[in-house]
Amino acid sequence: MPEYVIDREIDARGSACPGPLMELIRALKASEVGQVVAVLSSDQGSKVDIPDWVAKAGHKLLAAEEEEDGATRFVVQKAR
Amino acid sequence: MQDIVVVGGGVGGTVTANLLAEELAAELAAGQVRLRLITDQPDHVYKPAFLYRAFGRTSPPAYRRPQRELLHPAVELIVDPVRRVEVDPRRVAVESDRTFPYDYLVLAAGSRVVPERTPGLGEAGEQFYTEEGASRLYRRLEQFAAGTIVVSVIGVPHMCPVAPLEMAFMLDAFFRERGRRDQVEIVYTYPINRCHSNPAIAQWAAPELEARHIRVETFFNVERIDPARKVIETMEGTELPFDLLIGIPEHAAPAFLEASGLTKDGWVPTDRHTLEVKGQEGMWAVGDVTDLPVSKAGSVAHYQAATVAANLAARVRGLPPVARYNGKTFCFIETGSDAGTYVEFDYDHPPKPVRASRWIHWAKLAYNQTYWLTARGVV
Repeated sequence: MPEYVIDREIDARGSACPGPLMELIRALKASEVGQVVAVLSSDQGSKVDIPDWVAKAGHKLLAAEEEEDGATRFVVQKAR
Repeated sequence: MQDIVVVGGGVGGTVTANLLAEELAAELAAGQVRLRLITDQPDHVYKPAFLYRAFGRTSPPAYRRPQRELLHPAVELIVDPVRRVEVDPRRVAVESDRTFPYDYLVLAAGSRVVPERTPGLGEAGEQFYTEEGASRLYRRLEQFAAGTIVVSVIGVPHMCPVAPLEMAFMLDAFFRERGRRDQVEIVYTYPINRCHSNPAIAQWAAPELEARHIRVETFFNVERIDPARKVIETMEGTELPFDLLIGIPEHAAPAFLEASGLTKDGWVPTDRHTLEVKGQEGMWAVGDVTDLPVSKAGSVAHYQAATVAANLAARVRGLPPVARYNGKTFCFIETGSDAGTYVEFDYDHPPKPVRASRWIHWAKLAYNQTYWLTARGVV
C-alpha cells in the first residue's frame, strides 16, 4: 500500500507534444507544495526525462510504477 | 426542437458548426434542430498569421474575415461575449443579458495569454500571440539596430508549441536579410533540458539553432522580469539580461469557463477520444480549452471538430456516437523566411520532422490562403 495520496493524475499516454514531462510541469504548477501529482506516460524517454527533471527541479519522485499496458506511472511530490 | 449551441468562433467552433449544419441539414430545414454559434467578435481571425505579422509580412485583410461569411446559412450567429455557461437550467448567458438554451453544447472558446501572471512581463516583454502584440513587435523589430533579443518560453502549455522555434529562426533570417545579424544576439530559452518538449523535434531543432548561432539556454524557468534592469530572473537562480524580450506567456482558458465551474486546474476536463466533457451530459470540448495532453494548435481543433460534429449529430438522431479523435496533429514549422518543415503525429505515432525545404514553406504560405476553406468545413 503506497504511503501517499495522489492529488492529481494526468493520463499522458500517447502524448507527443507537449508531452508527459510538460504535463507533469503543468500539474505541479497548479499544485501546492506537498501535494502529489501522478503522470502516466507510454513514452520510453520519460523513464530518463522525468526523474532527471524532478531531481533538478528539487521535487521528490515517490514512485515509478510499471503498468500492465507498458506505460509508467510517475508519482511526484511538489517539494518547493 | 433540439437546441445546439457552439461557444467560440475560432477554427474549432466554426468547423464544428459548419459540419453540423451539413450533417443535420434535413433536421435544420424541418425546424427540428436549431444551431447557434456564439462568439465575442464579428470577425474570424486566423491566428497563425500573427507570427508573420510580427515581421511585417501580412496585414489584417489577409487574416480577418467576417464570421458570418464563413458560416453555413443555417447557423444562427450571435456576436456577444459569453458571461456564463449554466448547466441547470441548460443555457448560455451573454453580456447583453440574453440567454440561449441548449440541449447539446460545444465549448470551443480557445485560450488566451495571461502575461500578468509573470511579474514584470507585461511591462517589459513583447509577445506575438495577440494581433496587437504582433503589430507592436513588428514596429520594435524594424527599429532594432543592435543588442540581445531573448525568445523565452515561459508558459506551459502555450498555443502552437513550435512557434517559439519559428520565431527564433525567423528573427535570424530577418536580421541577416537586413545586414545586421552580426550586431544582434539571439537567445532562445526553454523550461526543460532540451530546446523543445518533444524529443524528436528537439533533436531536429538543436543543430538548426546552432547553425544559425542562436544561443540556447535550457532548464530555464522564468520567475520574474525586472523591467528597470531589463533582466530575466529564473527559479534556478540565474539572470539573463535582454534588450528586447519576446516572451511566450502563460495561457489560460477564458475566464467565463472557470466562473461557470467547468474547469479543473484551469482547463476543461475532456475525454481524449470522444471529446465529451467529463462529468457533464451532452457537452463536448474542442481545441485549446481542453485539458488533453495534445498541442494547443489549430490543426487539433480542426480534427477534433469532425469527431464532435459526427458524435453530436448521432446523438441528435438517437444513434450511438462512434467517432473517435486519435490525437491527430499537424504543424508546419517555418525555419526562416523561405524554408520550412512539418510534423504530423497522433496518440500512437510520434512526430518525425522531415528535411526543411522551400516546397514545404510554400505549402504553408498556400495553406495560409486556403485556410478559409477549412473554416467553411470544406477542407
